Amino acid sequence: MDMKIAKKLGLKERYALMTRDLAWDTTYQKMEDVFPQTSYEGIKIHDWDKWEDPFRLTMDAYWKYQSEKERKLYAILDGFNQNNGHLSVTDARYINVLKLFLGSTPPLELMAARGFSMMGRQMNGAGPRVACQMQAVDEYRHFQTQIHSISNYNKYYNGMDEFAHQQSRMWYLSDGKSFFDDAITAGPFEFMVAIGFAFEYVLTNILFVPFISGAAYNGDMAAMTVGFSAQSDEARHMTLGLECIKFMLEQDPDNLPIVQRWIDKWTWRGTRKLASVGMMMDYMLPKRIMSFKEAWEMYVEENGGSLFKDLARYGITIPKCFGQTIEEKEHVTHQSWIGFYMKPEATPFHTWIPSPDEMDWLSEKYPNTFDQYYRPVLEYLDQQEKAGNRYNNKTQPMNCQVCVSTMKFNEPGDPMEMCFRESTYKGEKFHTCSDHCKEIFDNEPEKYVQTFISSHQGLQGNCEPDGADVNAADFKPGQNMLDYWKLDKRALGDFNGSEDQANFAKWREQATKN
Amino acid sequence: MTMLKTLAPYEFKSSDALENYKGKQLLYVNWERHRMFSRPFVLALPPETLFSVIIDQYMTDCFSYHPDWKQIDWSTVVWQNGNTPFTPDRNKSLKENGIGHKDLIRFRTPGLDGIAGTGY
Repeated sequence: MDMKIAKKLGLKERYALMTRDLAWDTTYQKMEDVFPQTSYEGIKIHDWDKWEDPFRLTMDAYWKYQSEKERKLYAILDGFNQNNGHLSVTDARYINVLKLFLGSTPPLELMAARGFSMMGRQMNGAGPRVACQMQAVDEYRHFQTQIHSISNYNKYYNGMDEFAHQQSRMWYLSDGKSFFDDAITAGPFEFMVAIGFAFEYVLTNILFVPFISGAAYNGDMAAMTVGFSAQSDEARHMTLGLECIKFMLEQDPDNLPIVQRWIDKWTWRGTRKLASVGMMMDYMLPKRIMSFKEAWEMYVEENGGSLFKDLARYGITIPKCFGQTIEEKEHVTHQSWIGFYMKPEATPFHTWIPSPDEMDWLSEKYPNTFDQYYRPVLEYLDQQEKAGNRYNNKTQPMNCQVCVSTMKFNEPGDPMEMCFRESTYKGEKFHTCSDHCKEIFDNEPEKYVQTFISSHQGLQGNCEPDGADVNAADFKPGQNMLDYWKLDKRALGDFNGSEDQANFAKWREQATKN
Repeated sequence: MTMLKTLAPYEFKSSDALENYKGKQLLYVNWERHRMFSRPFVLALPPETLFSVIIDQYMTDCFSYHPDWKQIDWSTVVWQNGNTPFTPDRNKSLKENGIGHKDLIRFRTPGLDGIAGTGY
């Protein structure tokens, strides 16, 4: 008897059955009541079927690929950890890169996972819903693998154990926290422009190059492998962000000014967020890959520039802030490092003055600015430290109401002057760090009046550790911030003289001598 | 006009409204062309605080780390409240000097431009 064997489905058919075919239009409730988020932002969509799936990946194939990547990743992590891989990094200063990264990045991956889960529910087209669902799982995976790769260092070095507590409380993590809070409280289309396009497409290389290549250059195979494991996911994320932009612009001409405003806003917000990443590249990696300035030129000016040329046919213009970011690439990392260096008791990682040869590297990479503006102050601070008078600015910072960076940037065109902008809303003053942040504030003041500014909250008495007596006669709000942040005292201060420095030297010696 | 779009009424208080400071107000201070301090510092003080306290206590505590601090000729210092020039009276309070909640005091010290004249 002849068996009747069903023909194996082609990739295209399988994809259709496993994604769009699973979607349906509601009948008991109106579609617009089930999906109210996709219309209130003002974006007009006429036909969701015009959404081109940028990659045809079904869930079953997705799980297969991802589990394969996980197996490879964890095999390498195990090998690295069991062989005391932490002692093979270039220099114990490198571990501070991981501390800064741990506080600032995995918590944002988690926020991205939450954001894309929401998008998966809110979008009413089956194509974007499936893609957002996968991206949500990716982001969750990145959040986990980053933490896992760094957890081995936590056994040996100080300052890593309270990153989750510190994320929503500490001054220097507020910029990233505010970045994602702003995106996730926007509507789904703005979120897609913010995270899917401006961050993942235009700026992501600036985050990944120093982390992955920086890890590789400095002997950290664990972090490097996490980065590589995430890269193929990132490629998918970028195509999703770009597809979403094109889809909005193709659907209705009224969408253009809205999308343009979001691109302007989020390219700037992302740029501000990346100032501390640039600082890792120029000041914290013992063995440097390239300068932040060079990375900016390659990835943002050249690649981003050609992307915007490509989008010009839709009427999109280059983000308004582009000129200012090009001017600032010469300055922001130096300004950031001075801002961190002067607060040795307010971060769970160490800071230091670059060595003479590292200063020469900075002079070579920043011929227009380093010797003129930044070398003299760094040399002065170095002398002070050597004379036993290490800089410690104990005051609390003023922050930008929008990006929540400290107000440390210069007036465009004048590196010696500080930049301040001010708005008044309902009789109250609000300060911003730049024309771009001021414009963001002025467009939606209702949103940004709620910004959490750590120093202000401390002064209101909202940042007290458990057990503090707020009614005591000598109570001063904000005096117990270190305990409130759960800062490990061993993790504070200059790298020189730190326990990490001593332990690393001792352990490395044990590994190489009798 | 606001460009905010929401699905429901959206009204939230400012996190830094004056009433949150229980009789105090925020004050920011910046020493221009001395960027070694990276950014202005913030204080919460009663409006009755004398301006001399700001200079003699808070500014001295923070800024005296800089070698320019003891070179300052106070008769030549140029003061601004935000972008508006003003002349504070040391012996009067913040309130009497017209300094309100979240005002930014900027002061310039002519001839002193930071380490090696770099603005730092």
